[in-house]
Amino acid sequence: MNDLLAESLASQHWLSLLTFLPLVGAAAIALRQAMARRGADGEILAKDQAQIDTVARTVAMLFTVGAFVVSVFVYVAYYDPSFGGYQLVEHIEWLGGGVSYKMGVDGISILFVLLTTFVMPICIAASKTIEKRVPEYMIAFLVMETLILGVFCALDLLVFYLFFEGSLIPMFLIIGVWGSKGVKEFGGVSMPSRVYAAIKFFLYTLLGSVFMLIAILWMWRYAGTTDIHALQQTAFPAGAQKWLWVAFFASFAVKMPMWPVHTWLPDAHVQAPTAGSVVLAAILLKMGGYGFLRFSLPMFPIASADFAPFVYALSIIAIIYTSLVALAQEDMKKLIAYSSVAHMGFVTMGIFTGTSQGIEGGLFQMLSHGFISGALFLCVGVLYDRIHTREIAAYGGLVHRMPFYAFLFLFFTMGNVGLPGVSGFVGEFLTMAGAFKVNSWIAFFAAFGVILSAAYALRLYRQVMYGELTKDKLMAIPDVDAREIVMLGLLMIFALALGVYPKPALDVFAPSVDGLIASFDAALAAAGAH
Amino acid sequence: MEPFVVLLPLFGALLAMPIARVGGPRAAEIVTTALLGLACIQAWFLFADVALGGNARTISLFTWISSGDFFADWAVRLDTLSAVMLVVVNTVSFLVHAYSIGYMHDDGGRPRFFAYLSLFTFAMLCLVTADNFLQLFFGWEGVGLASYLLIGFWFKKKSANDAAIKAFVVNRVGDFGFALGIFCVFYVFGSLRFDEVFSAVATNGVVTPWGASAGAPIRELTITFLNWDFHALTVMSVLLFIGAMGKSAQFLLHTWLPDAMEGPTPVSALIHAATMVTAGVFLVCRCSVFFEYAPDAAALVTLVGATTAFFAATVGLLQDDIKKIVAYSTCSQLGYMFFAAGVGAYGAAMFHLFTHAFFKALLFLGSGAVIHGMHHEQDIKKMGGVKSLLPLTHLLMVVGTIAITGVGIPELKIGGLPVGTAGFVSKDMILESAFAAGEAGKAFGYYAFALGILAAVMTAFYSWRLIFITFWGPSRLPEAVKKHPHDVPNVMLWPLVPLAIGALFAGMAFYKDFIGSNAAQFWNGALYSAADHASPAHESTDGRSHGAGAPDAAHEGTAGGEGERESAGAHEGGNEGGHENETLEFPGWVLWAPFWAMVFGTGAAAFQYLRGDPLKPGLLRPGGMIYAFLKNKWYFDEIYDFLLVKPALAIGRFLWIDGDGKTIDGVGPDGIASTVAASARRIVKVQSGYMYHYAFVMLVGIAALITFIFFRLGGAQ
Repeated sequence: MNDLLAESLASQHWLSLLTFLPLVGAAAIALRQAMARRGADGEILAKDQAQIDTVARTVAMLFTVGAFVVSVFVYVAYYDPSFGGYQLVEHIEWLGGGVSYKMGVDGISILFVLLTTFVMPICIAASKTIEKRVPEYMIAFLVMETLILGVFCALDLLVFYLFFEGSLIPMFLIIGVWGSKGVKEFGGVSMPSRVYAAIKFFLYTLLGSVFMLIAILWMWRYAGTTDIHALQQTAFPAGAQKWLWVAFFASFAVKMPMWPVHTWLPDAHVQAPTAGSVVLAAILLKMGGYGFLRFSLPMFPIASADFAPFVYALSIIAIIYTSLVALAQEDMKKLIAYSSVAHMGFVTMGIFTGTSQGIEGGLFQMLSHGFISGALFLCVGVLYDRIHTREIAAYGGLVHRMPFYAFLFLFFTMGNVGLPGVSGFVGEFLTMAGAFKVNSWIAFFAAFGVILSAAYALRLYRQVMYGELTKDKLMAIPDVDAREIVMLGLLMIFALALGVYPKPALDVFAPSVDGLIASFDAALAAAGAH
Repeated sequence: MEPFVVLLPLFGALLAMPIARVGGPRAAEIVTTALLGLACIQAWFLFADVALGGNARTISLFTWISSGDFFADWAVRLDTLSAVMLVVVNTVSFLVHAYSIGYMHDDGGRPRFFAYLSLFTFAMLCLVTADNFLQLFFGWEGVGLASYLLIGFWFKKKSANDAAIKAFVVNRVGDFGFALGIFCVFYVFGSLRFDEVFSAVATNGVVTPWGASAGAPIRELTITFLNWDFHALTVMSVLLFIGAMGKSAQFLLHTWLPDAMEGPTPVSALIHAATMVTAGVFLVCRCSVFFEYAPDAAALVTLVGATTAFFAATVGLLQDDIKKIVAYSTCSQLGYMFFAAGVGAYGAAMFHLFTHAFFKALLFLGSGAVIHGMHHEQDIKKMGGVKSLLPLTHLLMVVGTIAITGVGIPELKIGGLPVGTAGFVSKDMILESAFAAGEAGKAFGYYAFALGILAAVMTAFYSWRLIFITFWGPSRLPEAVKKHPHDVPNVMLWPLVPLAIGALFAGMAFYKDFIGSNAAQFWNGALYSAADHASPAHESTDGRSHGAGAPDAAHEGTAGGEGERESAGAHEGGNEGGHENETLEFPGWVLWAPFWAMVFGTGAAAFQYLRGDPLKPGLLRPGGMIYAFLKNKWYFDEIYDFLLVKPALAIGRFLWIDGDGKTIDGVGPDGIASTVAASARRIVKVQSGYMYHYAFVMLVGIAALITFIFFRLGGAQ
């Protein structure tokens, strides 16, 4: 009987359970909030509010950890890494007309599911210092987790689109409501900078996705279905592929973000609370790269090949341009944000080489960036929580007071620099090796990023950590506490383990990537034969 | 068992800090040093087994990266080349660990220092025992990290932090080339494993670069690199050599090494003299088979090496900081090693690497003892008469000096062995090889010989200058120091003794193995010589046995023996390590030239510094142009700062403010926003809790849009 249950779960509902589990947590918090005791003025009593806050934190932690446990269980028990096709597929009729609710994972998406569930509890832990509107904050994060998991699990284009666009909203709120202080002129109005950043984030990403929606409609009309697997088998006419590719590109390029549509990212990062930056860097950016691999390459192979040089150009510009810009930054978060853009440049470059090193390297780079840049934003958060500024010049000589922090920060700085032995190296190196195969110019220019990343990352570390401890505010700064050590330590273990032994991750990618490359090459060959 | 020779220092690095917490700094020092001692003993055993006993082998631990045909293992490759390096690295590292117990005894950060030293040793061992290019790169970057950490060890000092970053970034410039070289190897061979790659070149196997329609024998293969067609091996060799230039501080990429002297002196001895900086030489020797069939790349190596040997020696003439003198001397000696490798004398290059490790570590640690004794004074002009204060240190430094200047008797052989210090034996060998290369028509052979002789004159001059000004003559030290020099503890002196013995006798003791009659057997194929493989008898056996090691049929052609068409150029191989050198005929003056160079340099130094006031102006007077040129190190730092560093920062700022800010944002979101300012004004309310309304509106909007789409266009089915 139990076996039967397990089997039916395995074949049907695990991914939905996983995806919507955090949403249940969000509902629970909302329910508790709704039942709050209110005073005569209609405001929630302070005492009850404190209790609600505690409940919200606990529930959020329980459900994110729960999602992590479920995802690991599903992966270990039901996922077959040697199989390249979609697994754990669920299929429910929904709107009709070829539109259904379909979920499933393969080697390209499964590790991002795990990355998401792994990073989320860390984000909740990192939000300890949030005091404003705690229940809403936790709800936003839980909803966001559901939406992100949905993005990586969806096997129907429309379902994907809903999740993809939906994930914008909680992030928009997190930046706009819980962002930092400061005022910014925008459109002739002065408003809080966090709101400027949130709107900029929204404008960019929404604008990108409008085109994608139109493309989705066209594809649905052409193929009569929005089933991703079916669309991947559909040979779209070469002329149409171009337009479709561009439409999808507009959306994913903004998400990555690629140069020149990257300027929302530094602002968003700077304004977002620490946990928001972590999710943004560790997961949300990956949706762009994931989109290229799930849609652009398999569905529009001819256009992808045609536009590849264009992508290389943008990627190389991103790597060099943003690395140089990072050199000039005075704000810690901006510096790391720009370095993120540079690192994502390696991803897009790798993906469009169509080689196994390029694609697996790009995937790996995304995964590794999730650990390393997530951790770097946490590192900045550690300082921000203590001193309340992100200005590099406000620090100096912290190593004297914070030896443990110095060690952790150094580790992730080296990861950011791409030191071999840390996961950052593997992806960067593989993508460049793949690029060299296609055209040595690409690798040549990309390799400049190797020099520049050392320059900006070490400059940051030196100015914050080394030198004499002279500033009054820093004299009593405490070292990292147990909570911070656990958060950063977990990320460090993964970054190190994947740096020394990346094989397990690469082995998971390989079957699906091989399949992708095979059909990509076949499509190109067929197009060439015509 | 073998992996322990690499792993023991790693254990030390990991344990140092925890042990210090429990048992105090002394416990950490003892544990790390003891672990290094064990590794050192094991290294000598392995040397006896692998190099002397001929038991080369590779132990693969586990796969590191595997992506498509991109594959690399973690491995311990033991052949003579790596065994030599194991011995050098572990011996010097052990002695430096021990020495540091004394040198660093009053530093609060000792456990950290020992952790870094052990970490460095681990990375260096990974480098030398790699069986593929990727692990080599791991070690390469790892030693860079350790070097960065140790140069900046005294992190309160701005100059130390600057120097640390400079070392890392300049090295990265070299790594830029190195990484491209690795990609190039991967692209051409479809493999990064030394066995497969080198045997393909050795057998001239047919290789097919990725995506190419047809393969070609590797030695004739041309590839397109940056839109130009190049000889494949030349491209690879040059790119790899750029990496070597960075790590080994060769001309143009040397600027970080003198600054690196900001680190504690034991670091300078270990990393910036005996081991890390020689990694570039090791790399060229490891890839000897590439350079043998890429004469243009080899010529570049010769040119750069000889230029460095000369350039660094000129700058060394005028330095007053005791460590900087030794640093430029190191730079110059590395130049010798490179041009030796460039002319194909890999055995001589490795031999000089080996002997240099002894006498240069000795000189550095001796200088450290002086600095320690003189209360952290490094300016030799402020010293004088130190001989009477530190007699034993003086003796050891003189031993180091006669070794580096190359004291010995040319042409004399007792029992087949030359008579002279370690530096004499290896340096003479290099200079003779350069001359032989010139005779054979190799590019820059005579150039290297001539500059090498000139550099030898200067080496003798600046080395003795250091001794004369520091140790001899009247004392210029303050009374307090003169009366109470710091005691130099025994733990700082006994590590110098084995180094001194090596500086004196290592040349004679290992002559036969490295470059003499036993060389071919000793190196056992770890170094490659085209000339060795030119005879048909060699081909059939070697070609087949190497070819068998190449499993990937897609990339390794069925070259076998017929691909072995040796070009005439291959016969110019000169006197590579595997050759019996005595058979070559040199004019007498060539054999004696290094000797007279040494005598002349020593005499000039004595003439200048032993008569009257040692600080009186010499041939080069302050205020003169040549003086300023040398004193400012040929102005490299200024030129780079002007051409590269400042522009990079300025461009970064420009792109940020004008590119991102004014152009992209100005046209994009900000521009759009100002046109819809009115609506923007309302959005301000977002902060006051209306966010949810907007979110709701958005959701509704999307839902409406989708609904609209499906009802309106639903008829498509």
